[in-house]
Amino acid sequence: MTTTDLVPARAMGTPRRRTEGPAKVTGTARYAAEYAVARPLHLHPILATVPRGRVTAIHTTAAEALDGVVAVLTTRDAEALADTADREFAVLQDDEIGFRGQYVAAVLADTSETARHGADLVRVTYDEDPFRARLDPDSGELYAPDSVNPAFATDSVIGDVSSALRDAPVTVDATYRTAMTHNNPMEPHASIVVWEPAGTGGRFTIFDSTQGVSATRRNVATVFGLDPGDVDVISPHVGGGFGSKGNMHANVVLACLAARRVPGRPVTYALTRQQMFSLVGYRTPTVQHVRLGASPDGRLTGLVHDVVEQTSRIKEFAEQTATYSRSVYAAPHRRTTHRLDPLDVPVPSWMRAPGECPGSFAAEVAMDELATACGLDPVELRIRNEPDADPESGKPFSSRHLVECLRRGVERFGWSRRDPTPRARLVDGWWTGTGVAAAAYPANRAPGSGATVRFHAPAAGGEEHWDVEIAAADIGTGARTVLGQIAADALDVDVDTVEVTVGDTAVPAATVAGGSSGTTNWGTAVVDAAQRFREKFGADPSDGDEADGTTPETDAAEHYAMSAFGAHFVEVAVHADTGEIRVPRMLGVFAAGRILNPTTARSQLLGGMTMGLSMALHEDSVMDPRSGHVVNHDLANYHIASCADVGEIDVEWIDEVDPHVNPMGSKGIGEIGIVGAAAAVANAAHHATGVRVRSVPITVDAFLG
Amino acid sequence: MNADITLTVDGRERSLTVDPRTTLLDALREHLGVTSPKKGCDHGQCGSCTVLLDGRRTLICLALAVAHDGAVVVTADGLGRGDELHPVAEAFLDADAYQCGYCTPGQICSAVGVLDEAADGWPSAVTPDLAADEVVLDRHEIAERMSGNLCRCGAYAHIVDAVSAVGNGAVR
Ligand code: FES
Ligand code: FES
Repeated sequence: MTTTDLVPARAMGTPRRRTEGPAKVTGTARYAAEYAVARPLHLHPILATVPRGRVTAIHTTAAEALDGVVAVLTTRDAEALADTADREFAVLQDDEIGFRGQYVAAVLADTSETARHGADLVRVTYDEDPFRARLDPDSGELYAPDSVNPAFATDSVIGDVSSALRDAPVTVDATYRTAMTHNNPMEPHASIVVWEPAGTGGRFTIFDSTQGVSATRRNVATVFGLDPGDVDVISPHVGGGFGSKGNMHANVVLACLAARRVPGRPVTYALTRQQMFSLVGYRTPTVQHVRLGASPDGRLTGLVHDVVEQTSRIKEFAEQTATYSRSVYAAPHRRTTHRLDPLDVPVPSWMRAPGECPGSFAAEVAMDELATACGLDPVELRIRNEPDADPESGKPFSSRHLVECLRRGVERFGWSRRDPTPRARLVDGWWTGTGVAAAAYPANRAPGSGATVRFHAPAAGGEEHWDVEIAAADIGTGARTVLGQIAADALDVDVDTVEVTVGDTAVPAATVAGGSSGTTNWGTAVVDAAQRFREKFGADPSDGDEADGTTPETDAAEHYAMSAFGAHFVEVAVHADTGEIRVPRMLGVFAAGRILNPTTARSQLLGGMTMGLSMALHEDSVMDPRSGHVVNHDLANYHIASCADVGEIDVEWIDEVDPHVNPMGSKGIGEIGIVGAAAAVANAAHHATGVRVRSVPITVDAFLG
Repeated sequence: MNADITLTVDGRERSLTVDPRTTLLDALREHLGVTSPKKGCDHGQCGSCTVLLDGRRTLICLALAVAHDGAVVVTADGLGRGDELHPVAEAFLDADAYQCGYCTPGQICSAVGVLDEAADGWPSAVTPDLAADEVVLDRHEIAERMSGNLCRCGAYAHIVDAVSAVGNGAVR
């Protein structure tokens, strides 16, 4: 059985304000570093200033003599961790330096000013080793990882693509590049940690900014050799993450090490914005070689997507960049590959739509080039290459409405009036043009979430209410709100009577907010708990009755390819004299299953598109190959889109209910908004100016000279 | 070397002793437990710490507390009257002009400042007539004036909706 029984939608699909809205607009919602704890100590770390080598000496006397400094932790005296299999977590364990910006020491003091002052007084000397910090697609060290994130095949080959390309009447052969970028959630990663010893062990209480309290609990327990039950993690509000708070990073280990130095006292550690550029992950830069072969009518005969990207020598992260090309367009002969360049750099990790985001840039610009080569409208080209089934696995799609998204966008955007000639519209000194790109993102589902539903009978004159508890994360997605809607429909009760608790290991464990799978995983567990509740207690439960549920296994993925799809339409203006590029208009049309809360869904999709615009025009972490240092490591120099960069921007979705992904009929929407957005900007820039830009960010120099 | 200062924060007078290096932001967050203003960069680059300082929107990560003895600080938590939210905060809820909420208190204080500044006739880089007495806050003006407040969730389109809904000078 692969079709899920769908929960009838009443609250689901109806716009609903965020539950925690009033607390957020007044600023009273508490984020990790904001808990009122007694006598906190403040931590300020010292970071390695060389990219590879070893610490030869750490001079701490001056720092220790400073009034208010309580302890200095160094590689020389930190306690041995129980498990350092994950090298990113091997904080202060030895003198080896694997990247510039790695922790080598930390100062604990009674005020944040003193901690920072103390850190300034610590002197560290190093032996430097030769290193490499610049991605080199011709590096002799390139290697094929065993798999790419999270568990996809590194390469895929179908048919005989070399012959197909050789024989194709029309070809595109181009190299595309995407920049190293940093997640930069607005709330810096932060923790308050308390260690309370008891007997031979003890207990951690961690207020953390995380996309998954359960995963943080597990990781801390592993690293410190504790029972997971002895680690409490609390994270009800998270100031964004976009993947950087999905995997735990070294900062949590450092804060825990420090807390164990001062049993019973809370240790506060909020990263500075600068520290976020070396310690909490980033999107790897990519070099992507795409080759397309097609018949003159634009039908693809062959497709190659070869990717080179960087990883850190101390820990592998293999972004699944070419997987986008495995499922979007039909072509009988095809190949995708991933090769990694191991560098002496910080560890890359998840950033919104890892894989699909950079991969779609290359794939969708290449399709635009093919449209030009065939003299075809780029929308029509995409429609002509629509596959009947997943091009690699041959499985049918559980639902796929990419063509409908394109057609709806054509109508909404006024695309049919478009003159395809590039560099043909000069308006008030600006070359203007429009572009399109498709989007796709897999509808992921993973086991490992539980939920509790509990009934409270009405007190005299009051109303009944329901508790729904699950250690999910609301990082701004609206998860808390939407889980309430799901629970209400699964229980068939008024949504206003449901109260949802997330972000706390005191409630049933859940998967991280990642892979756009949160609502599927958690919502399915909530539905299961609600159904078990009704089976157990019927329509007339007693006060305090409760039932637990989990995310049941399903074999849907064995039978279907499951993805959300979308289409971006973008207008670009490029100043004829200065090359300044602006994006006055964006439209995204998505087919992503049932939209459970139109209010928060719209925000998430707009947010993804805005981050895509930001990737297209601004984001570029500039790695100095001579120092291994991201030189623009703050928000004045690492530019992200600001309010004035966003013009008219709109989002729409088409009616789709997918019965195979989950019992709500929905698909994930957290990431698809960014997929394809940058390609649409580049394609529009080409239409505007005739200049084909094959790298992001797109800056003025591309249009000058 | 520490200094004793008094601040009025959201209508309450608060006395505290601060290190001369303490910013007004840390004085609020770390000393007074007032965490409505957020710390996104600590360098005047993001707008998360925006409050109304003596009536004007100000980045208080760049203000030293000792230099502001006697100052009147209004955070997003102090904008409303009693339990009633400020109209700008209401408009943010209506427009879903936030996601994670971390930039939001700063955005709202900034928006209140924008409405005041426009009503006072302060031009911006996109104002067509620099000599006009009053500025018409169209979307363009709002986006320009709100650009000191970064939002990584990308709520900008809805933030402009929210500020537009409150309108020109409506909250004086
Ligand atoms: S924290 Fe003050 S501007 Fe960023
Ligand atoms: S709402 Fe998250 S940064 Fe603005």
